Amino acid sequence: MSSLLEIRDLHVHFRTRDGVVHAVEGAYLSVEREQTLGIVGESGSGKSVTALTVMGLTRFPNATISGEIEFDGADLVTLPDNQMRRVRGRRIAMIFQDPLSSLHPLYKVGWQIVEAIQTHENVSRHEARKRAIAALYEVGIPSPEKRIDSYPHELSGGMRQRVMIAMALVLKPDVLIADEPTTALDVTVQAQILDLIRRLKDEYGTAVVMITHDLGVIAELADEVAVMYAGRVMERAPRETLFTVPELPYTWGLMRSIPRLDAPRPGRLDSISGLPPSLIHLPSGCPFHPRCPYVMDVCLKTEPALEQSGRGHLVACHLPIAERQRIGHELLARNVS
Amino acid sequence: MVRYVFRRVIWGALMLLVVSALTFVIFYLLPSGDPAAIRAGRYATPARIAQVRHQLGLDRPIYYQYWLYMKALVWHFDFGTSFKTNLPVRDTIFTRLPVTFSVASGAVVIWILIGIPVGVISAIKRRSLLDRMTMGASLVAISAPVYWLGLIALFLFSKDLGIIKLFGGSGSYVPLFQDPAGWFSSLILPWFVLAAAFAAFYARMVRGNLIETMNEDFIRTARAKGLSERRVIFRHGLRAALTPVVTMAGLDIGTLLGGAVLTETVFNIPGIGRLAYDSIVGSDLPMIQGTVLFGAFFIIVANLIVDVIYAFLDPRVRY
Repeated sequence: MSSLLEIRDLHVHFRTRDGVVHAVEGAYLSVEREQTLGIVGESGSGKSVTALTVMGLTRFPNATISGEIEFDGADLVTLPDNQMRRVRGRRIAMIFQDPLSSLHPLYKVGWQIVEAIQTHENVSRHEARKRAIAALYEVGIPSPEKRIDSYPHELSGGMRQRVMIAMALVLKPDVLIADEPTTALDVTVQAQILDLIRRLKDEYGTAVVMITHDLGVIAELADEVAVMYAGRVMERAPRETLFTVPELPYTWGLMRSIPRLDAPRPGRLDSISGLPPSLIHLPSGCPFHPRCPYVMDVCLKTEPALEQSGRGHLVACHLPIAERQRIGHELLARNVS
Repeated sequence: MVRYVFRRVIWGALMLLVVSALTFVIFYLLPSGDPAAIRAGRYATPARIAQVRHQLGLDRPIYYQYWLYMKALVWHFDFGTSFKTNLPVRDTIFTRLPVTFSVASGAVVIWILIGIPVGVISAIKRRSLLDRMTMGASLVAISAPVYWLGLIALFLFSKDLGIIKLFGGSGSYVPLFQDPAGWFSSLILPWFVLAAAFAAFYARMVRGNLIETMNEDFIRTARAKGLSERRVIFRHGLRAALTPVVTMAGLDIGTLLGGAVLTETVFNIPGIGRLAYDSIVGSDLPMIQGTVLFGAFFIIVANLIVDVIYAFLDPRVRY
């Protein structure tokens, strides 16, 4: 069975005054039906731009997009705007980081959900409103028939994100893209929202693309994980594989920098040294080489390709496979003990 | 809300009190013509001038004059009598109010109808040739003084001294109900001259607001919902971008109702602005006081109305 959404060799460049920003540079991703793909990476790793490009929301005059985004037999990169609009919101929906700024402050939340319904389906206002109330109920908003007439500022952060989710899922899309949906929320609310996304995913059979910089969220939710760095997908693996034998030095860095409550308190938190690379002037060879503790001569010259390492495990790294597996294994063993 | 409005009304009344006191003080502190001497005539003897001064009550202490003025104003809504014409200030202002309303209302309609669409189109077609041209033109319009623009307009289009004799010129104002066509013809030039700077300013403001709004997260959400770009701009973008414009428009209208001094003077239109100008030149204290108070009154009322409207336009605002 082919994937529901398949991204091949996606490149997204923006021409700016300071030079060309290589936001996405050869991303390969696939989303399977009813599965959750987690995309991790630092800020500026191209996760959000990839997602927005899938939605057709990076079609700015200064953007150059190449590659393929195959969805349901169509290529979303070349799909004309008017057809793209029918995919957007109805087949692929998206929720964002900050639900307060992502909802229109001057319209009632019900109006905003009704608008989403009526954009794609020819239903009466009354009918759409009934469905909006049902959707609010589904996402766990108490007394939705009252809350539907609230303005976003009258709701709490968690409630607002629930409204966003209701608005995204009310049309039962095939794919829900969640761009750091819990980053702006309190920790306790974060867990509730993740639970909600998981429950609705199972209920509706929606595939989820979870974009985050939080490996905890990935461990919680993802079936398949993609690690992005400097606009590239550097490692792809099923969740179990990634959390038993991660094979990419960058992934190791990410895992080491998770603070642990149970370990003896170290002098300082581990972190990946250096800064994420400029997307205008990328380093030669492997984009991670300036920060990589295992850097070799070849890393400075040639960029590693994303290649099969184990079953369903793809890695872009010049380190020999056996070496990578040994270090990854040791790292996790040390972390667990 | 009712309590808020009530409090604002009290504050407004206090503000008017302060304004009237300041006008009184400024009139006596600043060197201006002696109203008694002006009224007594060119060849009046000192005795005659003193007599006139006594008649006008100007020989009494300032605070006592102010007290008498305020007493008449508060108890009888009496603004006193003009030093120059001997007519009651209140009646003079009321006969001139419709004129100023005429000038202001037409200009408001023109600048809104020009400013908002131009701003919207410039924002949508940002950095296009059209955008650059309209924004350049708007800079010229903002920079052009009304007295210069007014004279140019008269020189080009007025019936009396224009190259193309199209519209009524200086001093051709007739009331609307007396001669609608004449009214329109006499006001069309002042309307455009007065509206020019406002239209330009509004175009720039609308453009800036809309560009800023279109970068907001909720616009991205609207697009992600699959709305047409037209709907994204007009229902989502403009709704947020125009809210502050309503505030500005309300305040500007309030200010204009106090008289468009320059426009009314250039075109010799007998409105409040022209009256204010004439009474300052003629050291006509009661008339100055009257026009200033009416102007302040309109600004205060406009402020209040704008704040009340804002609560309806933006649900986040609560009083």
